[in-house]
Amino acid sequence: MQEKTKTSTSEKVIEIKGLYKSFGTYDVLKGVDLDLFKGENLVVLGKSGTGKSVLIKIIVGLLTPDIGEVKVLDQIVDTITYRDLLALRLKVGFSFQNSALYDSMTIRENLEFPLVRNQKQLTKQEVSSAVEEMLEAVGLSNTINQMPSELSGGQRKRIGVARTLILRPEIMLYDEPTAGLDPITCLEINSLINEIQERFHTSSIVITHDLTCAKAVGNRVAMLLDGKFERQGTFEEVFNTNDKRVKPFYDYNFIQ
Amino acid sequence: MATRTERPSRFGRMFLTLYDVFQFIGRFFKEAFLPPYEGKELMKQCYDIGYKSLSLISLTGFITGVVFTKQSRPSLAEFGATSWLPSLVGIALLRTLAPLLTSLIAAGKVGSSIGAELGSMRVTEQIDAMEVSATNPFKFLVSTRVLAATITIPILTFYTAMVGMLGALLNVSLSEGTSAKAFFQSGLESITFLDITASTVKAILFGFTIGMVGCYQGYNSSKGTEGVGKAANSAVVIGMFLIFIEEVVSVQFFGLFRT
Repeated sequence: MQEKTKTSTSEKVIEIKGLYKSFGTYDVLKGVDLDLFKGENLVVLGKSGTGKSVLIKIIVGLLTPDIGEVKVLDQIVDTITYRDLLALRLKVGFSFQNSALYDSMTIRENLEFPLVRNQKQLTKQEVSSAVEEMLEAVGLSNTINQMPSELSGGQRKRIGVARTLILRPEIMLYDEPTAGLDPITCLEINSLINEIQERFHTSSIVITHDLTCAKAVGNRVAMLLDGKFERQGTFEEVFNTNDKRVKPFYDYNFIQ
Repeated sequence: MATRTERPSRFGRMFLTLYDVFQFIGRFFKEAFLPPYEGKELMKQCYDIGYKSLSLISLTGFITGVVFTKQSRPSLAEFGATSWLPSLVGIALLRTLAPLLTSLIAAGKVGSSIGAELGSMRVTEQIDAMEVSATNPFKFLVSTRVLAATITIPILTFYTAMVGMLGALLNVSLSEGTSAKAFFQSGLESITFLDITASTVKAILFGFTIGMVGCYQGYNSSKGTEGVGKAANSAVVIGMFLIFIEEVVSVQFFGLFRT
């Protein structure tokens, strides 16, 4: 598999400094520092329960940090007004681990939902064209009138991504995009993530513990260990170590 | 920069919950009456809550009218006052039976359905998905459902009263041979403007309560399938409990205006 290289830009779209988050007495994030540069795919790796999803939920303002600063497109997420937060969220797409499709709506209505509420100037015809274009981009035009319950896991993931992309975000956050999918569908999702990066010029954070996905989509990899990012760099740089917390990760994924 | 917060005590958590409830109600008034409006979703909810409850309400309302008339007859017959049956049934239905019956049925049917629906949407991250797609889920999910319940329960209440009267008419005409015209003349003449006002206010209050409790429990349900069940269950139990409390308070309140 071809490993991706680092991007050359130094423009930061997300800046996280000294981020702490705990739930009750359980400390999840213990001083996280992380930057996302424009145009890159950053893969965040880590064991289950280490706070990877918590991190991206803080980025979109679904959770608030206990301590620390999270700056997205030059705005500090937890201090801006709700109206500004909604405006910021138009620029940040979030693909959920279980797709989170609205199960009482058809696929067309799922995609129309964010569009008609955020771009009121669009005519019915324009909304319909945008929906069809986006479904074509994820290769699922034929599902337009189906209900989410009629789709497979992989199809639901793609529709979830399409619903996010329809608002043309600058940043994409993928939460476990390949979790629970078969290897062939995983490859398709990996290609989709790369295609989105190239076609829509997005900067992305991909949360995963699937190293094949990390290697295929990540320009840069960051490993969350004990609540902090202790290893960051290219895939090779991160895994070229004998660290007992890192090595089993690689060995399991590549069957050594 | 935010500071790290400590977990509050049990007593503190109780006050936080109360604060949360009032904040939720306050947010409803803010979101429901400020644009953008979710008119289409409001109509859909009115249809779901109102129209889809009609068959159940019709059946229970009709049976209540028949049974109440049948049970009241012996007591009135003792005083030779069976001719008062239509007035008695009319007043009882409008003042208490219709609002209470409609609201209790709605608390069971509508409240549980709202609690379960929003609860499962919370658990499957659909509410979070609305949030992150820059859509206000509170406006779309909560405001519309609470408004729809507040609008439709009073309409259903008067419908129940009407169907209950039809049940009573059936019983009275079979037993006493009273004509429909005489029954309604006698039944409606003792109903005052205050009765109608009190009934409307109560039904609005009950509808608001059912919608609000169902939405609060579902919207704030904890993670997991257990949370969904709990949300549906609490929506019914708390909803019914509050309806009875409100009934007692409103009877006392409107009693002040009766001479």
